[in-house]
Amino acid sequence: MATLDSKIPDGTLAEKWSNYKAHQNLVNPANKRKLEIIVVGTGLAGAAAAASLGELGFKVKNFCIQDSPRRAHSIAAQGGINAAKNYPNDGDSIYRLFYDTIKGGDYRAREANVYRLAEVSNNIIDQCVAQGVPFAREYGGLLDNRSFGGALVSRTFYARGQTGQQLLLGAYSALSKEVAKGSVEMYVRREMLDLVIIDGRARGIITRNTVTGEIERFAAHAVVVATGGYGNVFFLSTNAMNSNGSVAWQCYKKGAYFGNPCMVQIHPTCIPVHGDYQSKLTLMSESLRNDGRIWVPKKKEDAEKIQKGQLKPTEIKEEDRDYYLERRYPAFGNLVPRDVASRAAKERCDAGYGVGNTGLAVYLDFKHAIERLGRHVIEARYGNLFQMYEKIVDENPYETPMMIYPAIHYTMGGIWVDYELQTTIPGLFAAGEANFSDHGANRLGASALMQGLADGYFVIPYTVQNYLADQINVPFFKTDLPEFEAAEKDVREKLEKLLNNKGSKTVDSFHKKLGLLMWDHVGMARNKAGLEEAINEIKALREEFWKDVKVPGTMHGVNVELEKATRVADFLELGELMAKDALDREESCGGHFREEYQTEEGEAVRNDKEFMYVSAWEYKGDNVTPTLHKESLNYEYIEVKTRNYKEAKS
Amino acid sequence: MNLTLKIWRQPGPDEKGQFVNYPVSDVSPDSSFLEMMDVLNEQLVEKGDEPVAFDHDCREGICGMCSMYINGRPHGPDDAITTCQLHMRKFKDGETITIEPWRAKPFPVIKDLIVDRSSFDEIIQAGGFVSVDTGGVPDANAIPIPKIDADLAMDAAACIGCGACVAACKNASAMLFVSAKVSQFALLPQGKVEAKRRVQKMVAKMDELGFGNCTNTYACEAECPKEIKVTNIARMNREFFAAKVCAPSE
Repeated sequence: MATLDSKIPDGTLAEKWSNYKAHQNLVNPANKRKLEIIVVGTGLAGAAAAASLGELGFKVKNFCIQDSPRRAHSIAAQGGINAAKNYPNDGDSIYRLFYDTIKGGDYRAREANVYRLAEVSNNIIDQCVAQGVPFAREYGGLLDNRSFGGALVSRTFYARGQTGQQLLLGAYSALSKEVAKGSVEMYVRREMLDLVIIDGRARGIITRNTVTGEIERFAAHAVVVATGGYGNVFFLSTNAMNSNGSVAWQCYKKGAYFGNPCMVQIHPTCIPVHGDYQSKLTLMSESLRNDGRIWVPKKKEDAEKIQKGQLKPTEIKEEDRDYYLERRYPAFGNLVPRDVASRAAKERCDAGYGVGNTGLAVYLDFKHAIERLGRHVIEARYGNLFQMYEKIVDENPYETPMMIYPAIHYTMGGIWVDYELQTTIPGLFAAGEANFSDHGANRLGASALMQGLADGYFVIPYTVQNYLADQINVPFFKTDLPEFEAAEKDVREKLEKLLNNKGSKTVDSFHKKLGLLMWDHVGMARNKAGLEEAINEIKALREEFWKDVKVPGTMHGVNVELEKATRVADFLELGELMAKDALDREESCGGHFREEYQTEEGEAVRNDKEFMYVSAWEYKGDNVTPTLHKESLNYEYIEVKTRNYKEAKS
Repeated sequence: MNLTLKIWRQPGPDEKGQFVNYPVSDVSPDSSFLEMMDVLNEQLVEKGDEPVAFDHDCREGICGMCSMYINGRPHGPDDAITTCQLHMRKFKDGETITIEPWRAKPFPVIKDLIVDRSSFDEIIQAGGFVSVDTGGVPDANAIPIPKIDADLAMDAAACIGCGACVAACKNASAMLFVSAKVSQFALLPQGKVEAKRRVQKMVAKMDELGFGNCTNTYACEAECPKEIKVTNIARMNREFFAAKVCAPSE
């Protein structure tokens, strides 16, 4: 059993990262060429890590599930990226970004990691500008900022509504530069299907070429996984269709602990569900809450008429509208953190005040902003989002308020890592959304891009090097070693089992059922009975899947159903662990809301005495209860309080 | 809605393809085009047939993965959108919809509607970057950039690399794609340092990979889901000339 050592460096909070870098081990340039590193994933964390490690001189192999690294799902992030630049002179600082992130995460993140994140945030902006990322600028030629939820300052840098795209293309360009140089070898349309461990260290991966169907082996001195989150366990989410949790799950089953699996972020502003044929949910950026005001009708009869299509939102008088976020949280108003805004929307809809034909929607209204600033200003700020909304819903949001509802968006949980982003398997590192590290129980808006790039550009290149320093005499690994043979055999057996099953139900039909189960019991509100029911039902569904799933085609060539089947098989196990973790955590914190633990006003009640820990789950075998390890969180620099977004006090 | 789908089926890169007709019924006008394709594929799998292979990922118009040629237009009958943003309300009940892959020599078909667009990555690797390594860069506000330049650079940088411009062009020209990247960097001080070298290398790679030349029909601009303007091509041509004529050879 590995011990949970978070390896926090010595020194005061502000000195820790400097101390680490000052005393870490380095590898000389000639030896770097002798060391191979596998990076799985080409999103912000993966592409940034692969490019930066290549620049340093390591031999890097980078794997991408899509046809090009430019398509990783980081590209879909809209609103922006946080940094503590304090360009607007509004009182921001590294400490304040650190503080807001810890508080936003409801005091369930590690102080030292989050401080480092805030510290390197400024370097990220410098780096991206140097790469030619066209951030929004003022007429004076300097960078513009806007506000995001959970902050009282404007610290979010943005490139229209396409910030993720521009940052990813920046990282992709850096990666392309290294591919051209030959320091990074790019493998596209590859899906990792297992991790190879030799003498207790991560030394390689097994992949499937999704074009030829070939099963391939790759060896290296270290493996970095940056494969994103597992939000698609819910079937409907804002994740891309190919986003999955399988790499994290393979690492877990090979011995990496899984941190806080129940911590899932539900984003308050997504386009509501409209039919059972639906394949995904579309996010409307949090930045819209800078100018949009969220409301539902004050009178239930108005809401009912709207649901029946007898009344339009524009016909409801100002005094009959309930701007419930402004009412409940006067200091932060429409810019409360995501978990708070999502729950408040659910509360109003559950009480019967929801709008739209399902009653499961609230309004996000730009009427006042358009009156105050003019339509052209709103168009310049959010034009592409308004267009996207109109294409999907067939309504013009300049004329009638948008309808929004919370949806699964991001997973704070992930592979457990220490300060070096190393997992409990030596030589296996996890970066970006794939790890659990920085966001605690709730991530603030515009912080995912910050964390992905911080890990990739500024943390992994240091910590992986520290790990490799004593590996310079370890020769390149051959892929005909028995460990590779065994891992490939397991992969082939699993794929063959799926193909030979010849059942009667499609993969998607199981995924949809799992998604509904997860949404109902492990979604925005959870309780003991529901979680216990979910655990039993997931087990039953998993059995049914292995008995009755139908996967057409063969192992050779393109076989999309086979790809989906392996992912859903993993989701059917991961979903159970999420429910188990949620059941264990008898408190409400951040995105994890247990109905048993709330105030009369419906606010979350944390239990710091018993649950101020990161849960790290250790795999013990199929159908064996995993072991829970607890990493207790010690707050030395921050006073732990109940989150308060009603008043402006810190 | 009830529809007939006339879909290009091709088992592999070296095999012959053909159109196959599939009826679909009870399609909701509010569903997206790809959700309609999902329904078709579910039916095919249930019957034990092979589902239609097509590329897609984010389903919100930004990853650039989806790539269908629908009724003779890349991304189908709507403006400024990708296939995944196309909704069935744009079609009529009873219609026959023809669905093909991108057709261009540098984009060979992999299977059915999936094509290989790695040539776009090769063009970027030829010079579509600023040669700065991680760390050691100046403060982000050290160089002020006129807002108009930043805005124009952003207009060009909005390209999603889907390849609709190539698919729409009778010459299979990649000039809109290449010029968008060249323009983004030519407009920004960070990109100017290598501007002359970049444009020559990217254009040479584009030619080498077999993309055709521009003959000013503007089909690329008309079909671009991100409304990238052909003025970028003019800018690239100017950059290219200036580089050819004025740049000292390396």
